[in-house]
Amino acid sequence: MDLLTLLQVLDSTVRMATPLLLACLAGLFSERAGIFDIGLEGKMLAAAFLAAAIASVTGSAWIGLVAGIGASLVLAIVHGLASITFRGNQLISGVAINFFAAGITVVVAQSWFGQGGRTPQLSDGARFQSITLPFAESLSGVPLLGPIYKELISGHSILVYMAMLIVPLTWWVLYRTRFGLRLRAVGENPAAVDTAGISVVRLRYSAVLICGVLCGIAGAQLATAEPAAGFIKDMTAGRGYIALAALIFAKWRPWYALMACLLFGFLQALELRPDLITNVIGIKVQGQLLSALPYIMTVVILAGFVGKAIPPRAGGEPYVKER
Amino acid sequence: MEKMPKWADIFLIPLVSLVLAAIFSAIVILAIGEDPWAAVKLMVKGALGSTYAWGYTLYYATNFIFTGLAVAVAFHARMFNIGGEGQAMLGGLGVALVCLYIPWPHWSLALIGASVGAALFGAAWTAIPAFLQAKRGSHIVITTIMFNFIANALLVYLLVNVLKPVGMMEPATSKFPKLIQLPSFRDMFSTADTIMFRGAPANITFFVAVAACVAVWLLIWRTRLGYELRAFGHSESAAKYAGINPTKIIMVSMLISGGLAGMMAINNVMGEAERLVLNAVEGAGFIGIAVALMGRSHPFGVFLAALLFGFLYQGGAELALWTSIPREMIVVIQALVILFTGALDNMVRMPLERLFLGLRRKPAAKPAAAE
Repeated sequence: MDLLTLLQVLDSTVRMATPLLLACLAGLFSERAGIFDIGLEGKMLAAAFLAAAIASVTGSAWIGLVAGIGASLVLAIVHGLASITFRGNQLISGVAINFFAAGITVVVAQSWFGQGGRTPQLSDGARFQSITLPFAESLSGVPLLGPIYKELISGHSILVYMAMLIVPLTWWVLYRTRFGLRLRAVGENPAAVDTAGISVVRLRYSAVLICGVLCGIAGAQLATAEPAAGFIKDMTAGRGYIALAALIFAKWRPWYALMACLLFGFLQALELRPDLITNVIGIKVQGQLLSALPYIMTVVILAGFVGKAIPPRAGGEPYVKER
Repeated sequence: MEKMPKWADIFLIPLVSLVLAAIFSAIVILAIGEDPWAAVKLMVKGALGSTYAWGYTLYYATNFIFTGLAVAVAFHARMFNIGGEGQAMLGGLGVALVCLYIPWPHWSLALIGASVGAALFGAAWTAIPAFLQAKRGSHIVITTIMFNFIANALLVYLLVNVLKPVGMMEPATSKFPKLIQLPSFRDMFSTADTIMFRGAPANITFFVAVAACVAVWLLIWRTRLGYELRAFGHSESAAKYAGINPTKIIMVSMLISGGLAGMMAINNVMGEAERLVLNAVEGAGFIGIAVALMGRSHPFGVFLAALLFGFLYQGGAELALWTSIPREMIVVIQALVILFTGALDNMVRMPLERLFLGLRRKPAAKPAAAE
């Protein structure tokens, strides 16, 4: 395998990893605050649909992005109501949100556009296009670094770069701000936070809303950033669950989340090029094995054979102020 | 003292939740420019209006009884088995292996064999998540979700590479022998002059499902194991103190749950398709969650809720056929039912509790005032 092929695979790794990463960080905020969220998939799907639909109607990818975030936020608020205000079961709420999104996107898409549950093909202005970073062409002659810069680092949509910047931002917010400290505390011991006179409800709602915004961007990336050109039925295809797996893999930490998402993105990229694996290692690896690998790896991690993944202590438990 | 009468807890709350879900569904149907009332009429006619329609409704209901019972049994031990989908897929694999590779002399023996195969394969698929939950504390919800995806990948692999007969394009097994075809409702209820249930897939498995309801009721409320299961579900620490072994309860409840989900396959794989195809489960594993929540984890409730969802499923298919409301509308309704009966339970419960407390206080206050 030559350098160029490798770079192509890595390039699609980055592209595949981006929605995973955004959803994973979304889950990180929510779960660090003690709200389990298996509804990442549904929020992403709803956002993907509305982003593509509005982008195709208005012709602007940015308005689409805002609409997508809006759709995701609505579902996030439902999740917040169910799990914070009404102290319901967070897992069941997440399941409901996933189904709701899976159904409503197709129902609305069908009645709106009448194309069998998809949105029309987006024209170039209505989607996020690849950005060529400065000097990408002129530097491509430089050995090794030139092609890396041109093929791998340059040429992604703005959302990909945004996602990469959100990783250090998340780290900074969680570990270097007062809000982050409180957010982590509320996921471990909400009673202590409450005793200190800080509103558990407000903290948890803000975490759930941040989660909604990030899932919204993830959905928009899926449907409206090149090479995607619109929404198709069930287009998240389990990515919300892979993001959840990545979150466990990363043990609820931002930098590790980036690593885990790149790893799972790499597996997805390999799945697209089965010929490569055969060429490199000489054996045919089943595509099904590659697609199952993130899940299998997560189960192994959960089993505690490779380091133990300990979730935030108050995760999944509604906080009751008075007994 | 209870906050509200038992009948309110059992009937009123699910009813109110259901009405809320129905209202929201009607709003969705209105929003896409269709008439909700006409849709309901069409659904009733399409799902209950003929023996053919009933044959489909009961066929779907049979699937949902099995997956609903599976979720319900796990709920009693406070386990959330979200992996019914994968377990039912593996159950299908069990049925296919039993039906294809064992020469059964008669369908009745094959039915028993297939039930055992389905239950064993379904249970086996929960064994690892259950063990990890019991011994390593890995969250059962996450592991069973992961196992759904692994099951899917495994099934695709097996159907494409191993089980598919040579020369066939579609990833599916070959047809099961004619000899072990299960009797359909048409075979069972038609007389010489009138043919009932023509062309509908409902079959004898429906009665197996009803028997499973009875068996689960006996297990939960009439056996020592069922008592231990419920005790564990109410309070893990109290159960431990009473000498109940948590590992055993988690393992047993999840294995039974997986076995029940797997047994769905005798209906859809053996009874209907008579071969194993990809995506044979069609989301029934997830509908089991809605059914169990709606049925308050009681076998009789599960039975009624499964009928309701059978009606919704068949009615929804008719809607997709005759109107521009797509089939996915059922998924929306299902999601709303899960949301209102499961996640937003307290939203319905709290005002009702307040109402009943208020009603009770008034008559109680009178004698105090007379003194």
